[in-house]
Amino acid sequence: MASVSRGVLPGLSLTLGLSVFYLGALVLFPIAACFFKAGTLSWDEFAAAVWTERARAAYALTFGASFIAAFVNLFIGGIIAWVLVRYTFPGRRLLDSLVDLPLALPTAVAGLVYASLYVKTGWLGRFLVPLGFEGAYTRSAVVLVLVFVGLPFVVRTVQPVLENLDAETEEASASLGGTRWQTFRHVILPTLYPALTTGFALSFARAIGEYGSVVFVSGNMPYKTEIAPILIVARLEEFAYAEATAIAVVLLVASLSMLVLINLLERRSRRHDV
Amino acid sequence: MRGRPGQDQFTAIHRFLAVVVVTAAMMPGCKGDGDASVALLNVSYDPTRELWRDVNEAFIAAYATESGVELTIHQSHGGSSTQARAVIDGLEADVVTLASFLDTDQIRKAGLIDDGWIDELPDHSLPYTSTIVFVVRKGNPKQIHDWPDLVKPDVEIITPNPKTSGNGYLAFFAAWGSVVLRGGSDDDAVGFVTELYRHVPVLDSGARGATTTFVHKQIGDVHLAWENEAHLEVREAKGELDLVYPPISILAEPYVAVVDGNVDGRKTRAAAQAYLEFVYTAQAQELVAEHYYRPSDPDVAKKHEATFPAMRRFAVTEIAADLPAAHKRFVAEGGVFDSIYKPAE
Repeated sequence: MASVSRGVLPGLSLTLGLSVFYLGALVLFPIAACFFKAGTLSWDEFAAAVWTERARAAYALTFGASFIAAFVNLFIGGIIAWVLVRYTFPGRRLLDSLVDLPLALPTAVAGLVYASLYVKTGWLGRFLVPLGFEGAYTRSAVVLVLVFVGLPFVVRTVQPVLENLDAETEEASASLGGTRWQTFRHVILPTLYPALTTGFALSFARAIGEYGSVVFVSGNMPYKTEIAPILIVARLEEFAYAEATAIAVVLLVASLSMLVLINLLERRSRRHDV
Repeated sequence: MRGRPGQDQFTAIHRFLAVVVVTAAMMPGCKGDGDASVALLNVSYDPTRELWRDVNEAFIAAYATESGVELTIHQSHGGSSTQARAVIDGLEADVVTLASFLDTDQIRKAGLIDDGWIDELPDHSLPYTSTIVFVVRKGNPKQIHDWPDLVKPDVEIITPNPKTSGNGYLAFFAAWGSVVLRGGSDDDAVGFVTELYRHVPVLDSGARGATTTFVHKQIGDVHLAWENEAHLEVREAKGELDLVYPPISILAEPYVAVVDGNVDGRKTRAAAQAYLEFVYTAQAQELVAEHYYRPSDPDVAKKHEATFPAMRRFAVTEIAADLPAAHKRFVAEGGVFDSIYKPAE
């Protein structure tokens, strides 16, 4: 569509200019400032700030939990999107608007609520803890709350694609003797790949930066349940601005490269699959 | 083609954003400069909100009578060091009333408060002080009376992370001092704090989080809290919690200071100075005591001695050169606190 409107509709230079300006002012400039601040450290200082044993444990938790949470969301979100698009049932619209709630709710509130539900004495915890699932102050708690904050991204990216999916292709597949599984595997899934990957990437990226909810459910024990953003806050508490930004830069570069990687994988899979 | 549900939401979001942008653009216009009124901004930390609201009300009346100037006082509250960073980064505070010397002095280092600020007001710029005390479950079932009781086998302790909370590091210092000021060696103290933090199941990032964990989630047997917050916590729990005063604890020093770098440009120095001096008057000291801070005025303190039992409150200088030195040695990166958790499981 964009290539058609070029030259035909007026206002490209204006909107392009605005886009570049907004992206620059809102995204690139603050990130550049981050790099600049971290750049005031010498290489040794930088390494000392970002590569302690404790920091490595925190990175592992942040990226590991975010990845697992995004992966879980891929399935839950995919199923929810499917249900919302393909079926009509009472309360569908309500369910549909509930999906956006994690975006609006202050994540600190989410964290507090999750923690009080899943502690030993909580409404859910009193049943789950005896069964061996500790949903508060453990690594599972971190994953749990990250699933919550990342959920809307998969649903909202997959939903429109499913809506535009042509029922006729599915019928064609069925009439040609395809089983339900074959139809799903070879007709529906390939169309959904790009949306699923985008949803996964968004959910993953959102989880890496999440702070508000996690601090209330993780317990923040060093080496065990301490996420990387906590280290940033701890360094800020010492007024060690540069060291704090250094950790931020590590998170930033790592997440950026992972997002690029996910995109590349997605493109490759599209080439081979369709 | 069916209308996509996402579309409505996007236009709604855009409309909302437009309103936000327009409102934000109008904000500087409603500041109300120009007339004879003066507005002060007091940048403080979280639990002082009610205290300052009462002090402000009293001071606005007193100042109007005394000087004829009609004052508006704005309050800003948040985590103490976050507030300090906001002032350093340009929040135009006229006075700062933060939780720790560390935060106030960081603003001096940024050039916004003059050297020697600590002697510009009475009592080393401390109109009130506090300490760290124990809050326990009703009837004190685990019999916790003193620091060594905290490390009894079945005791769980709630205290915030010393690395991210003032309450957290004051509790750490208090624990340390309870050993070394009663004849223990540094090694004994390391042993004690290591054991103590083994009894901490959750390290909340701030004081309020720790209170929630202890009071609402019912985790732990004892909560190491600021005295003023402990009083409120016990009062609100309506008999479910008790206050325990250990024989020895740290002297908590929430300093106040005029932000020199801001008041001259804003022409608020006289009012800001008068504001902080007012906190030392008997009237304001009463309010201070009512909000469970220990008043610096000995007469007012004597009147409220039932609320504030006598105990040994040691200054941080008894365990380190000063507060920054203590912070660096005990909780900063690579400090004693880090070594507690070093051997990863």
